[in-house]
Amino acid sequence: MMDVFETQRAMRQMRKAAMQRGVVAVLDMGTHQATCLILRFDGGDLPTVDGVGPMAGQSQFRVIGAATTRARGMRHGEISAMQETERAIRTVVQAAQKMAQVRADHAIVCFSGANPRSYGVTGEIDVTGQEVSESDVAAVLGSCDTPDIGGHRTILHAQPVNFALDYRSGLSDPRGQIGNTLTTDMHLLAVDRAVVQNILHCVKRCDLELAGLASSAYVAGISAMVEDEQKLGAACIDMGAGTTGISIFLRGHMIFADTVRIGGAHVTRDISKGLGIPLDLAERIKTLHGGLEATGRDDREMIPLTGETGDWEHDRREISRSELIGIMRPRVEEILEDVHARLEAAGFDHLPSQKIVLTGGASQVPGLSALATRMLGQQVRLGRPLRIQGMPQAAAGPGFAATVGLCLFAAHPQDECWDFDIETHRYPARSLRRAVRWFRDNW
Amino acid sequence: MRPLIHRRRDQSDPAPSRAAYRMTRLWLSPLFRRLVTAVMPAALVVGGAAAWITQPAQINMVKSWTGDILASVEARPEFQIRQMAVTGASPVLAEAIRERLSLEFPVSWFRLDPELLQASVAELDAVAQVQVSVELGGALRIAVREREPAVIWRRPFALEMLDATGHRIAYIDHRDGRPDLPLVTGTGADAAIPEALALIASAQPIQDRLRALTRRGERRWDVILDRDQVIRLPETGARQALERTLAIHAALDLLNRDVPVVDMRNPGRPTVRLGPGAMEYLRLTRTFEQGLASQ
Repeated sequence: MMDVFETQRAMRQMRKAAMQRGVVAVLDMGTHQATCLILRFDGGDLPTVDGVGPMAGQSQFRVIGAATTRARGMRHGEISAMQETERAIRTVVQAAQKMAQVRADHAIVCFSGANPRSYGVTGEIDVTGQEVSESDVAAVLGSCDTPDIGGHRTILHAQPVNFALDYRSGLSDPRGQIGNTLTTDMHLLAVDRAVVQNILHCVKRCDLELAGLASSAYVAGISAMVEDEQKLGAACIDMGAGTTGISIFLRGHMIFADTVRIGGAHVTRDISKGLGIPLDLAERIKTLHGGLEATGRDDREMIPLTGETGDWEHDRREISRSELIGIMRPRVEEILEDVHARLEAAGFDHLPSQKIVLTGGASQVPGLSALATRMLGQQVRLGRPLRIQGMPQAAAGPGFAATVGLCLFAAHPQDECWDFDIETHRYPARSLRRAVRWFRDNW
Repeated sequence: MRPLIHRRRDQSDPAPSRAAYRMTRLWLSPLFRRLVTAVMPAALVVGGAAAWITQPAQINMVKSWTGDILASVEARPEFQIRQMAVTGASPVLAEAIRERLSLEFPVSWFRLDPELLQASVAELDAVAQVQVSVELGGALRIAVREREPAVIWRRPFALEMLDATGHRIAYIDHRDGRPDLPLVTGTGADAAIPEALALIASAQPIQDRLRALTRRGERRWDVILDRDQVIRLPETGARQALERTLAIHAALDLLNRDVPVVDMRNPGRPTVRLGPGAMEYLRLTRTFEQGLASQ
């Protein structure tokens, strides 16, 4: 676990360096599209007009370059062909740099795959009636027992979500308070190590320094949910192309994340298979005519299936929109069923608020909100990401929720476990104690 | 599965190659960009110009250009000097100055260096001070102050006219030119001319008998009177010694007697050397006194 901490800490240093330079690239490696935004941080020139708040901290930065391209070599949010992915990243980074006319050296990356799994861990230390100091916070974070995440897994996020001092729980900041026992709840998100290493390698091959790594389920939640939802408890369903990410927020912190490895690409593939048309056309038909709720009018709306096979009959078929809905709906239902199962497994029912926010590119299909209401509960809404300064209109839809969230993550990262100096406090003390014991035993 | 065997890149692939990507990034880095857009062109232009200009043909061309331009400016009538006026100098000195400068008029004043002219004129012995200026209307004005002759210095091979500070004014052939000037002789006399002038002023009562002052051993003065009378003066306090001698002369009529040398070198003991007639008279007087005594 320590080497992970070192990597993460090095990334934090890199992020600090990038902030100092003022330019950082944000790279969303999705299954369907790769997006790169170049952010310029010009050091908090907040608008001084009355009634304009700090705008969730996003007034600090401005998007000066944005580019999107079709993702290549990605499956289920993981790299399947390194060279192709590298090309996609090069394309998108170069285009964004060209728009920004600035070279970006640091990149903050999010990805959706790698089977994220949540662990809740607790730590407890004795503070003996003293004031809780920062080192105590570090010590209690360090005292969390590491769960057995498996040798091939690594930790992506380790966020303290709750502190409790004696019997008082729900403290957001225990420093300066007096008590006897300090306990913390920490949310660990573990992902496959190989996937992360592939991404690290791929970004490095593009001459970029990695300044941060985030799960796209998490960052989509940051951007698509309003602050109240994050505080009161809500789930964000980020419906991507290859995966559907689930993140549950409570009291402003993510407490659970998971992914369902089905997404919009599977719907496209179903259409392609079912109608015998190429994937490009299937994608086009899905975007232009797709839907989930069939009405009587849909039987009369005919969709031409043009083709280039040379078979005249085959190239001039037509289907009705209700047929298309009949293909798409089972797959979306399957996704939502899986999501529901995951939410139930996570104990979403026991949360005080049952709000669900649907976002991501695949959430744009008409009729989804009605279907989701039926399957997931009454409090479902479609979420769009926050507007951020300088973001092109074309990149303002739900498909860019993770990208926008990653910008907010870059500007205001959540406290992670590795932000606190744990080893420096624990290691010397422990080794010193060990040395003293050795002396006592042997002399 | 995509083919893993390396093939030529598909032309429709929008992705930049690694090299192109790196070049773009390099081009976007500010330092490199400034180097290429500002430093390199400037260096090229400067280097090219330097390489071109250092060719001998170009050097000659530039030289001839600048020469032509300079000549055309110099030749303008505004910068011409047509005559020279020497003021404050005797005709002989003025002629000497003209000869020394030997300017061909008209001349452009870019060709003249007033400092140099001034130094050149100041080298003349007779010139105490000189001011060279260009007057409106193209005249070169040389204002000269001459040295005033104070004494004539006779040296073994020549006669020199000196001013009051001992600076040479001119060589002269014979004294008849300036009979009013006192005469000094002896090696190193020019270094003590102010003292000599003071002595001559003190010797006013015997002005008609004064012939010359002679410098002895470059340290003290002898006053030479007619009838080859000599008053030897000390190194210091020469003037007082001379005045004392004149006082003795006034009281005892010393210098009109047969006394060839009055030696005042030791102020505590003025000494006189008697002439042969006086010596004879003294001896006779003493013999006479001894005779009287022996009787």
